[in-house]
Amino acid sequence: MERKTVFRGMTLPALLLLPQLAITIVFFFWPAGQAVWFAFLRQDAFGIRTSFVGFENFADLLADPLYLETAWNTLVFSVSVSALSLSAGLLLAVLADKQIRGAGAYRTLLIWPYAIAPAVAAVLWIFLFHPQVGLIGRALNAAGLDWDYRLNGGQAMLMVILASAWKQVSYNFIFFLAGLQSIPKSVLEAAAIDGARPVRRFWTIVFPLLSPTTFFLLVVNLVYAFFDTFGIIDALTKGGPAKSTETLIYRAYIDGRVNLDLGSSSAQSVILMLVVIALTAIQFRFIERRVHY
Amino acid sequence: MQRRSLIAGTAALSLAAPSLARAQARTEIQYWYGLAGPLGERVAEQVKRFNDSQDRYTVVGSFKGSYIDTMTGAIAAWRAGNPPHIAQVFEVGTATMMAAGPAIRPVHALLADAGVELDPKRYIAGVRGYYSDTQGRLISMPYNSSSAIMWLNLDAFQKAGLSTTELPKTWAQVRAAAEKIKAANAAPVAITTAWPTWVMFEQMAAIHDVPFSTRANGFEGMNTELQLTAPFFRKHMEFLLGLQKDGLFRYGGRDNAADAIFPTGEVAISFNSAGNRARVEREARFKWISVPLPYHDDVIQSPKNGVIGGASLWALSARNRPAAEYRGVAEFFRFISEVDQDLWWHKSTGYVPITIAAYEKAKTEGFYVQNPGADAAVVQLSRAEPTPNSMGFRLGNFVEVRNVIQEELEKALQGQQGATAALEAAQRRGNVALRNFERANRS
Repeated sequence: MERKTVFRGMTLPALLLLPQLAITIVFFFWPAGQAVWFAFLRQDAFGIRTSFVGFENFADLLADPLYLETAWNTLVFSVSVSALSLSAGLLLAVLADKQIRGAGAYRTLLIWPYAIAPAVAAVLWIFLFHPQVGLIGRALNAAGLDWDYRLNGGQAMLMVILASAWKQVSYNFIFFLAGLQSIPKSVLEAAAIDGARPVRRFWTIVFPLLSPTTFFLLVVNLVYAFFDTFGIIDALTKGGPAKSTETLIYRAYIDGRVNLDLGSSSAQSVILMLVVIALTAIQFRFIERRVHY
Repeated sequence: MQRRSLIAGTAALSLAAPSLARAQARTEIQYWYGLAGPLGERVAEQVKRFNDSQDRYTVVGSFKGSYIDTMTGAIAAWRAGNPPHIAQVFEVGTATMMAAGPAIRPVHALLADAGVELDPKRYIAGVRGYYSDTQGRLISMPYNSSSAIMWLNLDAFQKAGLSTTELPKTWAQVRAAAEKIKAANAAPVAITTAWPTWVMFEQMAAIHDVPFSTRANGFEGMNTELQLTAPFFRKHMEFLLGLQKDGLFRYGGRDNAADAIFPTGEVAISFNSAGNRARVEREARFKWISVPLPYHDDVIQSPKNGVIGGASLWALSARNRPAAEYRGVAEFFRFISEVDQDLWWHKSTGYVPITIAAYEKAKTEGFYVQNPGADAAVVQLSRAEPTPNSMGFRLGNFVEVRNVIQEELEKALQGQQGATAALEAAQRRGNVALRNFERANRS
């Protein structure tokens, strides 16, 4: 039944694949391979003196209580960001899916934050929440709340979570909205005729039918929280105060680019790579089975 | 018709040829720097002056982001075999650059090869010492040097009933002033600081003549160890924690995060780099002054010189780099060390003059009479003969060491740990960073 294009010989298919393969090798396999190799080396910043140290970089990391603390931070951060941005995106999508006046404008406005660069988003948040300069920050302090994210680790974490989640809500919103619009109306109408109220209709019909979208978004959001929130953290807190908002990717950056310790930074990248491979494998193997398509 | 235009063309070409040849003969020098905003504009202006001043070299200045971006960018470019001729590297990167042997061209060798004579003695001692090797030879070119000084909001002082001429000199006086400012509600925050490690640890160690780390703060070898658990640091940290407890001190964030708070009038007493002067001048809508850092008079009666911050210029080497290009670098270094160029740089940026002659000239011109406090940093840098404790710092992985201290200080300010525990943790973690650097650069 399936239509297949059959090439005669190997030359043409090889040629057609070549550009893609070349890009993958140059921009993915080569740097990744170098990272793996560097993870077993100790070298100075300029790479003048290099020595092979085996697994020492990994051993140093795993023996470092601060690294484990950072791993825990990353977990708290990623789960919070994903949960928050997914639920907010879903809520907004459900509301926008209704027949309301000006739905187009409303949807456009919701998509806007996605187009903002992370650093700019962070500056906006600073303008709002800086304890001395920020609008909301000053109001919070005036209201007697001791708001100072520069020194209070919990508040700093709250702020980077909110800022990161806020940035991702638009993306989730678009996908949830598309998912909602593809649910056949007839199913919902049938349920309504049977006397199911909106809340019940949502949980028994809409939500299960949305599960492929939710699953996809869950993966995307976790990867986003792991890797793409670097800009926001860097501009808002630089991982501080006292490492309370430092995530694994931020530490890899600090050790590699700021502290110029390429060995440790590469080892951290390798660990991150393994974590992501494991995470993705688990998600597809166990969670996907229970998803209705 | 055709012939005429051909003749005209040939004539034009022969006329253009000499200037063309001259233009081609200009050697290009790539210069990467990390100063943004008004300071970056000054750098571009300086480069243009140099290019206009002679016709053999063209310096091409490129802004490469923050100091860290500039340094890592230059290192990456060197690894890739195509480094810029000149890279601006901040003072905490000095030890890393000095350990880079074949990657750099020491300034004294560069100048000697190019036949350019620049007497190291023309540079202010505190500046020269930081960038010289143990034999007193310049390794990198002094450039934008600052020092940490105290910034006072005089309107807030007046409102609190404090004298605006008899200004605090010791920490005890600073505390007393802050108490009055708080009582009179003269400013939302009494005291804050930018660059917490640089100001409260490095500068304080230098002016109180206390070792920050062994082996003359690392000048004598990479096997240096931090001395942060010494009684002086505990005393000063407990002093800071006490200020915070009484609502007199407010943490302004890491590195330069506290820059913005002083010019807005939010804080009465701030500690920051002298290089912040241009910004304060432009933004502050109140009377202010900058004075030398306070000291604990029960530790030292006549404080030593402070240490510099800022950056210096490094000449980078590359395979097959022709001698003419190194000569161009040397010419540029000579140009920026000229008295008038240095004087202009000092007056328009707020950085200290790097040459003694420029400082003297600014004095005789009456610059400091018209701009009271503009000499606070120079005075502080040159008020004493540098001791091994106030010469500067040559610590590997210094950025990491600074951040470690910052993090442990934050934990103490959060109330998670006391001064002793914070200093012990900072010392332990900082020493790990120092040992890592030693291992990576010895093997």
